[in-house]
Amino acid sequence: MTTRPGPLDVEVVRKDFPLLSRTVHGRPVVYLDSASSSEQPRQVLAAMDHYYETTHANVHRGVYAMAEEATRLYELTRTKVGRFIGATDPEREIVFTKNATESLNLVAHSWGRTNLSSGDVVVLTEMEHHANLVPWLMLAEERGVELRYIPVDGHGRLDLSDLDRLLDGAKLLGVTAMSNVLGTITPLAELAAAAHRAGALVVADGAQSVPHLPVDVAELGVDFLAFSAHKALGPTGIGVLFGRADLLAAMPPFLGGGGMILDVRLDRFLAAEPPHRFEAGTPPIAEAVGLSAAVDYLSAVGMPTIRAHELELTAYALGQLQDHFGDDCRVFGPPAGTDRGGVISIAFRDVHPHDLAQVLDQFAVCVRPGHHCAKPLMRKLGVPATARASLALYNDRHDVDVLIEGLTEAGRLFG
Amino acid sequence: MPDLEDLYREIILDHYRSPRNRGELPAPPAHRVEGYNPLCGDEVIVTIEVADGTLTDIKVAGQGCSISQSSASLMSGAVKGRPLDEVHRTIRTFKAMMSIHEATLGDDVEDGEPDTTSPVAANGHAAAEETVVPDLESIGELAALQGVVKFPVRIKCATLSWNALVQGLREVEQPAT
Repeated sequence: MTTRPGPLDVEVVRKDFPLLSRTVHGRPVVYLDSASSSEQPRQVLAAMDHYYETTHANVHRGVYAMAEEATRLYELTRTKVGRFIGATDPEREIVFTKNATESLNLVAHSWGRTNLSSGDVVVLTEMEHHANLVPWLMLAEERGVELRYIPVDGHGRLDLSDLDRLLDGAKLLGVTAMSNVLGTITPLAELAAAAHRAGALVVADGAQSVPHLPVDVAELGVDFLAFSAHKALGPTGIGVLFGRADLLAAMPPFLGGGGMILDVRLDRFLAAEPPHRFEAGTPPIAEAVGLSAAVDYLSAVGMPTIRAHELELTAYALGQLQDHFGDDCRVFGPPAGTDRGGVISIAFRDVHPHDLAQVLDQFAVCVRPGHHCAKPLMRKLGVPATARASLALYNDRHDVDVLIEGLTEAGRLFG
Repeated sequence: MPDLEDLYREIILDHYRSPRNRGELPAPPAHRVEGYNPLCGDEVIVTIEVADGTLTDIKVAGQGCSISQSSASLMSGAVKGRPLDEVHRTIRTFKAMMSIHEATLGDDVEDGEPDTTSPVAANGHAAAEETVVPDLESIGELAALQGVVKFPVRIKCATLSWNALVQGLREVEQPAT
């Protein structure tokens, strides 16, 4: 694909998001917290309403028409999501979970407990979200798995100078595709190739990348990839795990219950084939319908177009922060460029992020203060917390301008 | 921005920039309690010395937002060198000031521990206290923190050091057997 993406008509996009027209403290809301959770277009809300009003029934159980329709919609989402992220065999490679966190826990629990024992090595990075840290720390505690970390350099990028030594003898590399704190887009294809050369599998945390960048798991060469619908214009309550078909086929179930079995006797059970093996209990059906509409929406706008819009807006935001505040505003992560997404974590003078977010709230600016579920990275950066503004396809330059206005007030208030 | 001016009063910003009674007393003999607010990473370390029914010394360490740190500083000044019954009276008045909104937030439990950041859990007199009109005159500068109740999320910042103090006093007054 060498064609340049067309420009994104942000005014048209914004009209699709009902929540963006509300006011807070008498001012129009400026939503800059999409890295935490995105807003939903009315198409997603309408699809879920329509499903509940016309079709709802449990899936993979009834033989009546509505149950079949619900099953078809649910399975259609699987195919659609798989194609959206480049899975070659979506019907077997896409597992629905609760969220990206559960997807990563599924890998750690099922693949990890089958394949890792004392002394085995898992390589992670210092910029992982707790969701791609704690499940592995649990394995380390439980069975003595050795964890190694790819360090973060002074620009917020991964320091790959020692990569081959770190990967030597490793069985798995767990790495984020895009940092939820620094915005850093990691060289996933390069990392996957290096991991495979060393005989390790790759599990990627795509929670921040799938909603904002074109993602193709086959091209990237990752073996597992996790993401959440609610950060990608979809509803809460449904997440996705992509797993290579041959790997999923060799993995034991994660949760047990209805829907994941072929047969159950009083002394044993026979697990279903993937992906249903990993989907115990009634799944999030309406949420799958919403996710399907979200993928349609992202696809219609076009991921290259969304990326181009956010790239331009990120450069604008970083430029404005520098122009207005200079060294008073420390931006973590790489400078604007192709290896950076629209996640902008800042330290503003000596104003605590919590106070900063409080002042910004008076401007109806929604940012997230805190450690962003990345406490090891906070320690590395030498701060207890940051204030994070994160961009999405529905943000525009005006949103950035109001952020600047709010920061200016914070500067005045805290003198 | 009238609400913000109400929250970030000059006294609060002054105590944030120049915290009083900063540091830690050697423990023992002092008694040491840590308090954490996992929401924003605020932390306080309160060390106290009690002798002959008096809170003879207190120091506060830690890091966090202006509300948590200024509240800790204001608290240390309000209770240092005071008889314990007066300290408890000040705590009750402060908590009554803070509980106007917090009482409606409900109980929550973090990390399986009882929620000691809630005044309801921290002392068993919540039901009686809800009807108490806090005597703000009696607590002097501390009244500057009353703007916090308009920002319910921040009440936990303001009460963080107070809950640590309450825990410390309880442990000193009723040592675990």
